[in-house]
Amino acid sequence: MSTEGYTTADGRKIGGVLMEMKNITLRFGGVKAITDISFDIREGEIRAIIGPNGAGKSSMLNVISGFYVPQEGEVWFRGQKRAPMRPYEVARQGIARTFQNIALFEGMTVLDNIMTGRLTLMETGLAAQSLWWGKAQREEVAHREKVEKIIDFLEIQPIRKTPVGRLPYGLKKRVELARALAAEPKLLLLDEPMAGMNVEEKEDMCRFILDVNDEFGTTIALIEHDMGVVMDLSDRVVVMDYGKKIGDGTPDEVRSNPDVIRAYLGVEHA
Amino acid sequence: MPDTLLYAIEVSLNGLMAGIMYALVALGFVLIFKASGIFNYAQGVLALFAALTLVGLQKGQIPFAHIINATLGTDLHYFGWTLPALVAIALTALVMVGLAWAIERIVLQHLVNQAPIILFMATIGLAYFLEGLGDVMWGADIKKLDVGLPQGINETIDELTFNAFGYGFFIDNLDIIAAFVAGALVLTLTLFSQYTKYGRALRAVADDHQAALSVGISLRFIWVLVWSIAGFVALVAGIMWGSKSGVQFSLSLIALKALPVLMLGGFTSIPGAIVGGLIIGMGEKLFEFFAGPLIGGATENWFAYVLALIFLVFRPQGLFGEKIIERV
Repeated sequence: MSTEGYTTADGRKIGGVLMEMKNITLRFGGVKAITDISFDIREGEIRAIIGPNGAGKSSMLNVISGFYVPQEGEVWFRGQKRAPMRPYEVARQGIARTFQNIALFEGMTVLDNIMTGRLTLMETGLAAQSLWWGKAQREEVAHREKVEKIIDFLEIQPIRKTPVGRLPYGLKKRVELARALAAEPKLLLLDEPMAGMNVEEKEDMCRFILDVNDEFGTTIALIEHDMGVVMDLSDRVVVMDYGKKIGDGTPDEVRSNPDVIRAYLGVEHA
Repeated sequence: MPDTLLYAIEVSLNGLMAGIMYALVALGFVLIFKASGIFNYAQGVLALFAALTLVGLQKGQIPFAHIINATLGTDLHYFGWTLPALVAIALTALVMVGLAWAIERIVLQHLVNQAPIILFMATIGLAYFLEGLGDVMWGADIKKLDVGLPQGINETIDELTFNAFGYGFFIDNLDIIAAFVAGALVLTLTLFSQYTKYGRALRAVADDHQAALSVGISLRFIWVLVWSIAGFVALVAGIMWGSKSGVQFSLSLIALKALPVLMLGGFTSIPGAIVGGLIIGMGEKLFEFFAGPLIGGATENWFAYVLALIFLVFRPQGLFGEKIIERV
């Protein structure tokens, strides 16, 4: 694969390298969660990280989003090596994420939750904000408009003013996606976006992920359990097992990789 | 109207006014508890420290004068200026912001992710440290605080009620001002938290730390911000209490009266702190008025706590607190 990118089967142009993980090793005490893994994420693509339970997928996502700091290896983002950062600094760099177990502000309304996604994009200082002067007010209105667009896009208008705590699981997942999108991220990380959903909700979520990528050109990296979903969604797939990388390539390449079949799909599947 | 009823009305009005003073302290507790889950035992001492600093700055007292004189053999006490009240208040507010920053840097930063009880212990330590610091900086004598707030009986109310009922109510002007200040403070805080991005960030942090981090909120900044606001609320409480009864170290004990207020109003509700304060203030005055003579008086010492205990049994989350539901 060249550094200039490639064209997908469905004709989408994928750009250069946006993020590169180089020889990442992560340990918890004596336990190795990730062992010497390297891969890249290219601009505009949907990149999946898959693997059986305990393979280290979530750990990898937490490394990318700054919640874990790896003992070894380098993280490169937009052509620059990233110094160890706190999660909020990573977020300010333009990396937004969702969580496997959903981390929303339960006591706040859907609208307020999504508005928090835009905090990093708001510029007025504390003084102007406190006095609610012209600039702060104009800014709030402008951001509000963007958020309304996202609400329309994800079809959650009817629940705009509902406190998130009252929503069913599937809708919470969607609100979390909306909050991440509101940050206009350069890289969107989705931690098991389909986990715990019924078939209909899964189909909706799939459609939204594809639409987001298509409409905003957002680069997406996702972790997923559901093989079928992953193969339909993603352009390239990293396969992990016991903290090691055992496969990397297009869904078709990965599907025919014997190591992957053995570790993930089960031997009888071959 | 019978005299007893008139007295009772006057007593309950005065109780409401006292309740506002409790509420001012309780407000500071709620702010910090909401944002960080820390029960800040030092809130009362913050009020004391703010009042001491205000008096010191206003009168041009030299901080640490005692230590300086003891080590250098000098006899310094005052810079020789008297600051206008507003300037002194603004400077004290700055000191409180600096203090918030220092507390985050020196204490809280090292206790991230610790159990609430650890943080609670830390604030107890902080309370006694601050009390000592206030003593060393400004001296332990009782100080008079005068920022120009009117004090004494409100003539208008006295006259109106005298003409209407033949009995003039005694309402202190300072209490009336405290009521307005408390109202304005609550309104400002509510608007700030509902309609500004920092308010939104504050509520976000109060709700879920992990999610807050993921949208780019710096927890440390928010904690400095919330302790600054709590410090400012403490300053307001310190001014009111200090003007009323002088700046003395027993001021830090009002923190203990704020406890039943919080149990009543709920630890997470700003309006709850106010309503809780009013109920406790009025309740203890009325109880003293009616039941005091029967059981030998001094009921104000314990009434609030017993009332809070009753509330704990029947409504543990308080009047306005979030309902505690664990899904199983």
